[in-house]
Amino acid sequence: MSGQTFQLHVNGTSYAVTAPDRKTLGDALREDCGLTGTHLGCEQGVCGTCTVIVDGRPVRSCLMFARQAEGAQIRTVEGLAQGERLHPLQQAFIDAHALQCGFCTPGFLMLIVGALEQDPDMTEDELAEVLSSNLCRCTGYAAIAKAALAAYPRPATPAE
Amino acid sequence: MKAPPFTLHRPATVDEAAGLLAALADEGALVLAGGQSLVPMMALRLAYPPDLIDINGIAGLDRIELSGDHLAIGALARHHDFRRSVVPGPFGALLARISHEIAHYPIRTRGTFCGSLAHADPASEWCLTAATLGAEMVLRSQAGERAVPVADWFEGAMATVREPEELLVEVRLSRPAEGSAWGFYEFNRRAGDFAIGAALAGYRLEGGAMRDVHVGIGAIEEVPRRLGEVEAALEGQPPGPEAFRTAARIAAGAVEPLEDFATPADYRRDLAVTAIERALAEAALAQPGQRGMAA
Repeated sequence: MSGQTFQLHVNGTSYAVTAPDRKTLGDALREDCGLTGTHLGCEQGVCGTCTVIVDGRPVRSCLMFARQAEGAQIRTVEGLAQGERLHPLQQAFIDAHALQCGFCTPGFLMLIVGALEQDPDMTEDELAEVLSSNLCRCTGYAAIAKAALAAYPRPATPAE
Repeated sequence: MKAPPFTLHRPATVDEAAGLLAALADEGALVLAGGQSLVPMMALRLAYPPDLIDINGIAGLDRIELSGDHLAIGALARHHDFRRSVVPGPFGALLARISHEIAHYPIRTRGTFCGSLAHADPASEWCLTAATLGAEMVLRSQAGERAVPVADWFEGAMATVREPEELLVEVRLSRPAEGSAWGFYEFNRRAGDFAIGAALAGYRLEGGAMRDVHVGIGAIEEVPRRLGEVEAALEGQPPGPEAFRTAARIAAGAVEPLEDFATPADYRRDLAVTAIERALAEAALAQPGQRGMAA
């Protein structure tokens, strides 16, 4: 593949990537870093399946060009588990049956982890709004919300 | 789909960016800030710039600072940066409230305030905010700097007076009047989707009467704007559901609504009235002393 060569720092590992400027971060993660846990869905920023964490913030990796992520700390679904020990949110997804086909799962995991690490004081209502960012075509949102709340318990939303 | 081929430039300073624009804008170079509208347009092949000038590496452009009568918002301030009050008090609370209406969380972490003003989508929440509160757009090019008031900024849907070689480096958003209270209402069919209609309204109370009335609409017409006729009907009146309804109805005859395959003009005409009424109702709840967004 022609293009410039640059480094991507993903889950604590550096990858030398040679890619044309138009290559998205999502494609580079899959094709050049071999990290196929990140899924590409719509490639136009609507579905959220490709969500990864860049410098602490969840972003759509189809709406960022790979070279823009040079120098940034990138986290993907492969970086969640510590060895054999799943991330608490991954375990909660299993416990709550929060996936059916599983295609959207990596995006939801990175969305939830990224948003709640950024905004740990987020309310349950705000969390629901965050979950609306990504599409789950199996319509498993109730179970996904249950898993997110199990991994990141929220104080009850105060009555108005 | 993938974006068509282009060359990515990553300037480290505003001067460098202005130099690149001077050299490349004539051939169609575009500025890349958050990229949350531009990159999808490239993927859909609605935009195919030969060069992208990525300003994300320019230090200092992310500032958000209260400066006299305005809030200075740099070209790299993200929607996300407004989610908690950027300034103490109701002005910050209003901007936080509006920021949550913009698209979705992971879009807001990248998309920028200034990018929204430069893109000028009719449905943009920040364009409505700038049009209603008042704002000045600061443009930089190799020729120098100029400031454009919001009333002269929009030329139509997704069109502004910015010249291709100019970089929007800052938006100066006017601070609302002391003691004013604000309300915002937006309607769309799905969470996070483009607004079909939105309104921002505010006023302050003086001896029981509304003063400094501001009523702006967005997503209804090609360009967001204040509705002088509606504001005049409210000015000096005591607030209340009847006054709000009577004034909001004036909007039906004052707007020239956008039309699309799913939304006839009459629908948006009705929606303009409803959105204004609801924004005013929220402003009434936010009056000083009440919990809400009073200045």
